[in-house]
Amino acid sequence: MSNLIRNNAIVENEWTTVTLPAGEETIRKQAGKVVMFKLTGEQTCTPEQIAATVIPENGKVIVPLAVWQARKDELAPRLVKGELGLWLATHEPLQTLVDAVDDLNQLPIIAVHVERFADGRIFSIGNLLRTRHGYNNELRAFGDVLRDQLFFLKRCGYDSYQIRADRSAADALAGLQDFSQPYQGAVDESMPVWRRLPRGAQ
Amino acid sequence: MYKYDEIDQAIVDERVAQYRDQVRRFLAGELTDEEFRPLRLQNGLYIQRHAPMLRIAVPYGTLSSRQLHKLADIAKRYDRGYGHFSTRQNLQLNWPKLEDTPDILAELATVQMHAIQTSGNCIRNITTDQFAGIAPDEIIDPRAVAEIMRQWSTFHPEFALLPRKFKIAVSGTRHDRAIVQAHDIGLEFYYDEQQNMAIKVWVGGGLGRTPILGSVIREHLEWQHVLTYCEAIIRVYNLHGRRDNAFKARIKILVKALGIEEFRRQVEEEWQHLKGSPNTITEAELARVSQYFTAMPYETLPAHDAAFDTAVASNPAFAAWAKRCVHAHKVPGYRAVTLSLKPHGKAPGDATSEQMHVVADLAERYSFGELRVSHEQNLILTDVKLSDLPAIWEIARANGLATPNIGLLTDIICCPGGDFCSLANAKSIPIAEAIQMQFDNLDYLYDIGDIELNISGCMNACGHHHVGHIGILGVDKDGSEWYQVTIGGKQGNDASLGTVIGPSFAAEEMPGVVQRLIEVYLRERTDEERFIDTVRRIGVEPFKSHVYAKEAAHV
Repeated sequence: MSNLIRNNAIVENEWTTVTLPAGEETIRKQAGKVVMFKLTGEQTCTPEQIAATVIPENGKVIVPLAVWQARKDELAPRLVKGELGLWLATHEPLQTLVDAVDDLNQLPIIAVHVERFADGRIFSIGNLLRTRHGYNNELRAFGDVLRDQLFFLKRCGYDSYQIRADRSAADALAGLQDFSQPYQGAVDESMPVWRRLPRGAQ
Repeated sequence: MYKYDEIDQAIVDERVAQYRDQVRRFLAGELTDEEFRPLRLQNGLYIQRHAPMLRIAVPYGTLSSRQLHKLADIAKRYDRGYGHFSTRQNLQLNWPKLEDTPDILAELATVQMHAIQTSGNCIRNITTDQFAGIAPDEIIDPRAVAEIMRQWSTFHPEFALLPRKFKIAVSGTRHDRAIVQAHDIGLEFYYDEQQNMAIKVWVGGGLGRTPILGSVIREHLEWQHVLTYCEAIIRVYNLHGRRDNAFKARIKILVKALGIEEFRRQVEEEWQHLKGSPNTITEAELARVSQYFTAMPYETLPAHDAAFDTAVASNPAFAAWAKRCVHAHKVPGYRAVTLSLKPHGKAPGDATSEQMHVVADLAERYSFGELRVSHEQNLILTDVKLSDLPAIWEIARANGLATPNIGLLTDIICCPGGDFCSLANAKSIPIAEAIQMQFDNLDYLYDIGDIELNISGCMNACGHHHVGHIGILGVDKDGSEWYQVTIGGKQGNDASLGTVIGPSFAAEEMPGVVQRLIEVYLRERTDEERFIDTVRRIGVEPFKSHVYAKEAAHV
């Protein structure tokens, strides 16, 4: 059974998400520093890891941003065929992704990996991709993605949610309907409620 | 005050349903402790020492009589018959059962209340001056904008899971009473040269483990842009604030690390994209919300009232109360009244269900059915006729609500501390009670005059100890409780952080330490000086040497 929600329904996942081989753990820590204070300037993963990343030869794949950057020549034909998407982690600077392709809309899918439920950077990243960078195709959240983020993710421009494997996507679907009329303008509905509806003045 | 329409009501009702299901999933084992934690926290539910603690939002400290009656009933039915008013103008229940919390929220929703975002790493309750709308020194009443911001921040999807909690305070008075400089964002309203409502924006203030006063990020912001400008600030923080260390995760740390110049540059760059977007407030929306905050239907009254004057002249106890607990009002013949929740020897900020009912009735009868909670943890009737003061005093006194100590040494700001809070390093309530008993002499208290004493049971600083003229901080040393003392802190436009006087003290020493600090003040003061003025003039040294010299002599 698929655990992918797209457009308010559980659907089969056409995409294979490619991950980096082990070695991430220590690097991720430093990457946090890079993003936070731009002090150290390390890469988010090593050349060895990028080289060792195994990519299926056929079918639709979502590869790590760093792998795309290092192995563009090898992967470019798949981008042309519409069979390549990219993913980035919440601690990676969004600008790196924006600079990595001529036009973000060449990508049929962008996925954002959230390591912990409590990491709300994923919301700003979604918002910026949709509003600042004009990205129109599928935007997927994956990682520690659970029912109680979905309403916020939807409002921040995500339309695709890979629910964590040990949780029910059917249950999570309900989370998309938590509130009928949110107050503020966001990505899915840019108008705040006072511009959408007549409001009571008793 | 603001009244919900169907949209507001639907949001709190849907929230109750959502939260009820979250609790159900937790109790059914479908959510782990760790997964339930951020969900319950976003709803003000802490797991505490003895029981859960539920924090109920009191937006910018405003309550109706009906709401306070409901809070009293809830405290009676689901708790032990009392509640604690906090330094962020909210109400905390110390003993609810987890299983009951959805029902408590459902009851709150019937009186247009909730516990949304009273905790957790999100935008918290927006606080302001307890005298907003009636203060003689008020330039702009900030409550309408505060309400618009309350709605905007409620379930803001982009800022639902920030690096750390986020507190906003608004103020529109000449003399700041909302401590705007000690908040993540502080908004100071004023009229600019064109007589348009404008905002001076402070950012990166906060107490806690690393106390820092805010920096001005923008001197002049047109009110229409307040939401989009805050979005720019919080977006920069959301993306770049530290998430690896909870103690370094507040926006103040990011502002310090980048420097205010660089932080401002990033915010302004972000704002260029957001400025003018649909969250820009319209005149119509401001007008719609402002109509809930228009002046009360005041009577035309003389500036003096003979019965009041007689009562002051003939009854010293009433005169003492009128002096400390009655405050100026911008309308002739009206006053604001502070009902003290600081009777000597009781936990500061606590009110029983019976007291809540009494206050709700007083508000209904004498103050247009509304009241306020102050960050000093007292209750305020804002619109009382001068001629009604004697009657109010009688009722308040009969119910333990008329201790004439507002602004005095025993009007202590105090967090729940180690008696209740699982974060605390030390107890705070018994220290407050011991100091109140040490100074249980009104003449002496009046002689000491205006002073603020604030106590926190740990460095999270819920008791605002850094900005107390005298601040007391509970610390843990090898498993035992000790108290560190600071002096020279102050809230207001000229806010400052206190200076530590030296090594910490045992609990039983604390009343004596405060006594010695007061002795130095009484010895050194000039006629017009308050405690804080004397500290600022002569510095910490004379206080320090007196406190510790006597310490040495005792050994």
